[in-house]
Amino acid sequence: MAASVQVSAARVYDVLYKVKDPEIDSVSIVDLGMVGEVITDGNHVKIVLLPTFLGCPALEIIKKNTLNAVKELPEAGEVEVEFAYNPPWTSDRITEEGHKGLRAFGIAPPPLYFKEDGSWHVDCAYCGSTYVTMENIFGPTACRSILYCKSCKNVFEAMKPVSTLM
Amino acid sequence: MSSDETVMDTGYTEAVTSLLYQLADDDFMYSFRGSEWLGLAPHIEADIAFSSISQDSMGHAAMFYKLLEDLGAGNADKLAHFRPAIERRNSILTERVNGQGYYMETPHYDWAYAVARSYFYTQAKKVRIDSLCESSFKPLADVAVKVRMELYYHKMHWDTWFKQLMSSTEVAKKKMADAIKLVMNDFGDVFSYGDQKQQIESHGLIGSEEDLKGRWRMNIEPFFVSLHLQVPEIPEGPVKNGRNGEHSGDLDEGLATLSEVCSADTAAVW
Ligand SMILES: [Zn+2]
Repeated sequence: MAASVQVSAARVYDVLYKVKDPEIDSVSIVDLGMVGEVITDGNHVKIVLLPTFLGCPALEIIKKNTLNAVKELPEAGEVEVEFAYNPPWTSDRITEEGHKGLRAFGIAPPPLYFKEDGSWHVDCAYCGSTYVTMENIFGPTACRSILYCKSCKNVFEAMKPVSTLM
Repeated sequence: MSSDETVMDTGYTEAVTSLLYQLADDDFMYSFRGSEWLGLAPHIEADIAFSSISQDSMGHAAMFYKLLEDLGAGNADKLAHFRPAIERRNSILTERVNGQGYYMETPHYDWAYAVARSYFYTQAKKVRIDSLCESSFKPLADVAVKVRMELYYHKMHWDTWFKQLMSSTEVAKKKMADAIKLVMNDFGDVFSYGDQKQQIESHGLIGSEEDLKGRWRMNIEPFFVSLHLQVPEIPEGPVKNGRNGEHSGDLDEGLATLSEVCSADTAAVW
């Protein structure tokens, strides 16, 4: 048996905090809630990622970036990255830090609950005003919607809430 | 992941495989027909929404093809792009052209048809996906839970369009009535499992044809009642059953266009 090197999961997480969503470079995949599990066995590392939206073209890029980033760890040997669907990714997995990063990018974080009719509300990502209207529930990417703020007259985006209760 | 996989007997694997082809091919063709609308929808918001829904649906098809790949059916991309019409298991409804003309030249697509097809298809998909969330095949149930969250937004979108056009001007109502007739003519195989019915229904993979039809009807009935309209009837015994590989010429045309795009850029990520 070769000299036993044990990769610590904490070290892997440190690296994963540097992997960003290519479309929102202010939020790490950890804060987006995409990291389902980190499994280390000796110098073998396996990272299980939870895809946000199934047709999202950024997923393959994220997978590749994750793989490359973890391989940079000198103590890491074989590195595997795979997608899993259980638990399903939901928007409440985004951390408080993730919410800050989204706002810094001009995107309103996803609301935590739906109204009775299934609609939802967010405040303006720029000025915080509550006087906003939904322009298009389908935004530039699968995970975002487009809204308009009647107070500061800016168009802004919001992360769509996604929940198993839907 | 592999820990909860039990050894599957041949009958079970065959049933799962048959069902997955039906699900995958449906979303694949639905997505393709939707993507042909790119740049042609009545306004920009509708255009973005439709292309986003088509992209999501292609993602759903890709997941179902991936499950087939995991079951040893072959490479997911190849299953999607290189199977001839006779091997396809999608419903006739999903393969129908959007209207006259080719989308690169002078398409005369029918928006009423697009809305009606998407509305009834999405309502049917909702019923199927809800049922699949309870599937005995765990990997499929896990994917269904993900699909359901995205479908929520698709359904909301098409419900809105459908309801608005159905309660609009006399011209719009007439166009919608004509479109609904076309859609329903092709609806006979949507809830059909074809000659795999017995196999698929006996393994707890998804609800029975009758069960799903009933739920579909129950879901759309309130809206039709509110307009004093009859709920459209699903034809008994389809003339052609896509689940058995019987298709219209529209599928050949669609697959030819698709493989043209694919052969032109085989490295493209779809
Ligand atoms: Zn504002």
